[in-house]
Amino acid sequence: MRAFLLFALVACLILGTGVLQSWNSALLILNMGLVSAVMALGVNLQWGLAGLFNVGVMGFVALGGLAVVLVSMPPVPAAWAAGGVQILTGLVIGAASIVAAVLVWSRLRGALRGWATAAVLLAGMVIYRMVLDPAVDAVEAVDPALAGYLGGLGLPVLLAWPVGGLLAAGVALVIGKTALGLRSDYLAIATLGIAEIIIAVLKNEDWMARGVKNVIGLPRPVPYEVDLQADPAFVERAAGFGLDPTTASTLYVKLEYGILFAVVLIALLVLAQLALKSPWGRMMRAIRDNETAARAMGKDVTARHLQVFILGSAICGVAGAMMTTLDGQLTPGTYQPLRYTFLIWVMVIVGGSGNNLGAVLGGFLIWFLWVQVEPMAQVLMGLVTAGMADGSWLKGHLLDSVQHMRLLTMGVILLLVLRLNPRGLLPER
Amino acid sequence: MDLLNGLVALANFVLIPAIAYGSQLALGALGVTLIYGILRFSNFAHGDTMAVGTMFAVLATWGLQAMGVGFGPLPTALLAIPFGILGAAALVLLTDRFVYRFYRAQKAKPVILVIVSIGVMFIYNGVTRIIIGPEDQRFADGARFVISARDFKEMTGLAEGLALRTSQVITVIAAVAIVAVLFWFLNRTRTGKSMRAFSDNEDLALLSGINPERVVLVTWLIVAALATVAGVLYGLDKSFKPFTYFQLLLPIFASAIVGGLGNPLGAIAGGFVIAFSEVGITYAWKKVLVYMMPPALEPDGLMQILSTEYKFAVSFVILVIVLLFRPTGLFRGKSL
Repeated sequence: MRAFLLFALVACLILGTGVLQSWNSALLILNMGLVSAVMALGVNLQWGLAGLFNVGVMGFVALGGLAVVLVSMPPVPAAWAAGGVQILTGLVIGAASIVAAVLVWSRLRGALRGWATAAVLLAGMVIYRMVLDPAVDAVEAVDPALAGYLGGLGLPVLLAWPVGGLLAAGVALVIGKTALGLRSDYLAIATLGIAEIIIAVLKNEDWMARGVKNVIGLPRPVPYEVDLQADPAFVERAAGFGLDPTTASTLYVKLEYGILFAVVLIALLVLAQLALKSPWGRMMRAIRDNETAARAMGKDVTARHLQVFILGSAICGVAGAMMTTLDGQLTPGTYQPLRYTFLIWVMVIVGGSGNNLGAVLGGFLIWFLWVQVEPMAQVLMGLVTAGMADGSWLKGHLLDSVQHMRLLTMGVILLLVLRLNPRGLLPER
Repeated sequence: MDLLNGLVALANFVLIPAIAYGSQLALGALGVTLIYGILRFSNFAHGDTMAVGTMFAVLATWGLQAMGVGFGPLPTALLAIPFGILGAAALVLLTDRFVYRFYRAQKAKPVILVIVSIGVMFIYNGVTRIIIGPEDQRFADGARFVISARDFKEMTGLAEGLALRTSQVITVIAAVAIVAVLFWFLNRTRTGKSMRAFSDNEDLALLSGINPERVVLVTWLIVAALATVAGVLYGLDKSFKPFTYFQLLLPIFASAIVGGLGNPLGAIAGGFVIAFSEVGITYAWKKVLVYMMPPALEPDGLMQILSTEYKFAVSFVILVIVLLFRPTGLFRGKSL
């Protein structure tokens, strides 16, 4: 009942945006709200269900975005000819040298062990750079203004969503293997670091996804506005609703995105709910509430943690792929931890950690606030500064500061919820 | 001569920057490690505490400059540091009173405190951006160099120059002085001893009549001072940009953990380990090697192991290695 009322409230807020501002911005909020809800579901799986403190959400989201480029962009044949195979060889060599180093470390004993491992790593590194560097230069020299990267596989963009999840899951496996089992703060720092590294790789490895030159014009799963406007049947239908073709086409496209996202969200939500209620979910909560007891009962705590860490990260990857598809471009420079990691955390905590519906609710609500705090603050500041002289320094400064109000608001909301209602809007039970 | 040139190039591009950066990291990591030792949580808001303290110091610097107050060849910002510390101390004490104390009384789990500190981080970040804006601010003045590269070349007749910036010298002197005072305080004074006792065993400390709120108060004051000084020194050395300070969180935490969380000596060692690896791994060694190696072996490439954008990766990799092989850190902090 409480859940229904709160969701109705969020629906009213979004509908209100539609009536008061414009339906385009309402749909935009709805779409990003859906994406945010998916991310919040992923974090909730890790935190709410298993108590894992993952602050690397941004990295997994970015990996999802990378998947969109790798899957859906057409390949660049000239770049592949220039050094595609050589780059892949280089990567294989790099991976092989790490595997070899691990093998040396685990096989050897005694004083030689450390030196031998270091030597293997160093040799591997040198060969790797010797193979990779010229190939990278060659690829990046291919038509740098438009390409300069290998391109993708040219497959349908919807395929990128599960691939994004897989990519994130793969990275999560590696991180989880090393960092899980350590104390929760260490996992936090480790995930924070890996997220920064993923972004650094995306920004600098131009051969992969053009780095900060951005990949634009990603294929879309929905029709283009221009095509719709040129379609007489569509224009006629739009006129039937009393809309001009331009507005109608933008609304139609956003609505279609919304439907796609909603399908994903509902599917994941159903799965998450089933998982929560299953014996597996009960076991996870038992581990969360008392690790020692669960271990004494013969549960493999580390393996279960790894499992749920990978699942949650994969969901974040899917959400990242959805978001990049919606944007139609991959811009590694715009990924910021406050927006893509910590904001998701606010969503989960405010919504109610441990409750999937709560996470979804938090996703919508906090996203709505994130978007709308700025115009609200604008109005508020307008009132505050109304009495001041025009052109005064303070007035200008206060009006400028409006754009930073959202960070402050999010912090205050998070602290208030943690203090007054630590279980969130929709408590676990 | 070649060898000397090589050494000068090494000092100029690797040793001096790394020592300065290491001192800044060490001061930052000391703050993190003190909070961890006394209040028992990882403070994610530490980077933004540094930003807030620096912001107050920058504002005070501008005020002093406007009044025509200078500090001779030294940057005016040094005079402004006390104002920065005051501002930061007021803010963290308010935060502690209205936010952290509640959870302390509840004996909340550390991870809850970490999440709370994320909320605090948002607020500090917002405050900094609202007051001073997200842009780069330069506030360094005074003489820029103690020795400039050209003077050094003229003095010694070497081909390589050695530039020693004022900010670097100040950083090192300030760091040494502060660390000395801090260790004297922790080891010799009554309050310092009570802090260490509280960190070692809270219950025993309470039994022997140590007032926990006082210990916490002193800790926050020290942390505010450390964070402000670290922030101002970093800002003088590079420039003040709120987002950079947030990003410093990672190397700072890496330093504290590598040294052993909760161990002040470890924080300093960790700071230098991280700084030297970051600078060493992202530096293009060609310039140094050209002098050191026989001509036949001269390298073709830049001999740069990783490009500078990957400096976060370096602190991270060291962090992971230490966590895997020695989870308590180099100096046996508290862990696990």
